[in-house]
Amino acid sequence: MNTGNPITAAAIVLHPADSVAVCRRNVAAGEVLPLEGELVVARADVALGHKIARCFIPLGTEVVKYGIAIGSATKDIHPGDWVHLHNLKSNYISSHVRDSEEQTT
Amino acid sequence: MIANGYLRADGRKGIRNVTAVIYLVECAHHVARRVVELAQDDDVHLLGFPGCYPNEYSLRMMKALATHPNVGGVVLVSLGCEGFNREALAANIEASGRPVRTVVIQQAGGTRSGIETALAAVKQVREEMIRAERRVPMHFSDLVVGTICGGSDGTSGIAANPAVGRAFDRLVDAGASCLFEETGEMIGCEGAMSTRAASPEVAEAIVASIHNAEKYYRAMGYGSFAPGNAEGGLSTLEEKSAGAYVKSGSRAINGVIRPAQQPDAPGLYLLDVVPDTAPKFGFPNISDNSEIVELMACGAHLTLFTTGRGSVVGSAIAPVIKITGNPETYALMSEDMDIDAGRVLEGKSTLDEVGDDIFNLVVSVASGALSKSESLGHREFVLTYKSIDAVGPACHPTRA
Repeated sequence: MNTGNPITAAAIVLHPADSVAVCRRNVAAGEVLPLEGELVVARADVALGHKIARCFIPLGTEVVKYGIAIGSATKDIHPGDWVHLHNLKSNYISSHVRDSEEQTT
Repeated sequence: MIANGYLRADGRKGIRNVTAVIYLVECAHHVARRVVELAQDDDVHLLGFPGCYPNEYSLRMMKALATHPNVGGVVLVSLGCEGFNREALAANIEASGRPVRTVVIQQAGGTRSGIETALAAVKQVREEMIRAERRVPMHFSDLVVGTICGGSDGTSGIAANPAVGRAFDRLVDAGASCLFEETGEMIGCEGAMSTRAASPEVAEAIVASIHNAEKYYRAMGYGSFAPGNAEGGLSTLEEKSAGAYVKSGSRAINGVIRPAQQPDAPGLYLLDVVPDTAPKFGFPNISDNSEIVELMACGAHLTLFTTGRGSVVGSAIAPVIKITGNPETYALMSEDMDIDAGRVLEGKSTLDEVGDDIFNLVVSVASGALSKSESLGHREFVLTYKSIDAVGPACHPTRA
């Protein structure tokens, strides 16, 4: 979990077991982000509050944030990928979006 | 220490001195709303129930809300033929020692005379409240604080919610009662939450309530996840849950309570809002204000509302303090936001510092300072049908 210290990185890792980091500002594709000592290159624009992969997450495996599973990968996710509805789905009840922006699962 | 509260005849202490005008069916809404407009008094608030069919839950909720510690007197506005048991509600308010009047539009002679009669009743009730007014010191043990989140985004779970968690820890340690909800928004957290239960019975009740919530929402076809959550970076229900759960802080969870159930002892409580029957009457709560109304019915004097996308709502009866963890939302909507928790993301403050700010603002608003939504005139209220047990499955310590 967050330690309560001021955060200076562009993206933060909330728990050591996490496979994703959370952006604390808008990140542009191609930016190099230091994440807990490792460098990850953003493969897409990732907005404030959105998630970026720290490591390779194979199709069907759990995505971890806050140290807990927040769902499963619906395709192979590579380090630096934006992680959202297009490659992650709930293990409980599926997320819904407005009709014009259908979720791809 | 909190500045002087309003002592009610039933011994409870309020942080506001509200006169509630309550319509008992949609057909009486217009008359009640006109009365509140014409009263021209910020402490006269409109509450109401739209349905004509009677419902045990709504009567129980109205009884709890009409005798809320922040409410000093009540005017009931009835059309006359609706199903709501106005006599039972009025008797309950009277038994609490609060002044109450009932205006029946069909007996008063219609809209115009109904408004005149009810407006005169409001004036009488306010005069009686002034004559009966007693201010007494209020302690943390007298204070009940609720928390909810609405319009969540990727910042909620890492800035605003953990900051509220820090404030909740301080409030519980000071002897206050703190209420968090809702079980449908904690799906996926049942394992972690049960380890904080004050007794094995409470642990069992927590897990059972979350499993029940999952079953209920599955049957409804939607989880508690709005399109704006996804725009803000949240992808799944359990991700939103994990972020929402941190509002509860880190102290032991003393019980699982139901809407309109008021805990007997200070401590931290989970409010279970989901019926343990097959879906009936629709979603457990249709919007954020339904949840605020249930927290108030459980005795909450004020509510801490965290929002990433930027909700603007307040509430009738009990102040709402709004906290955003999103720096962009704060920059755009600072007039509506009481606390800027996005400072944590910008590296300007620690979570403990923001938690202290929230704690201090709770004391100040409880002492009479207006929250942003109060100043802007927000007085939202919504109550609809529900079928749910009156008493939760487990509390520790148990009722004496």
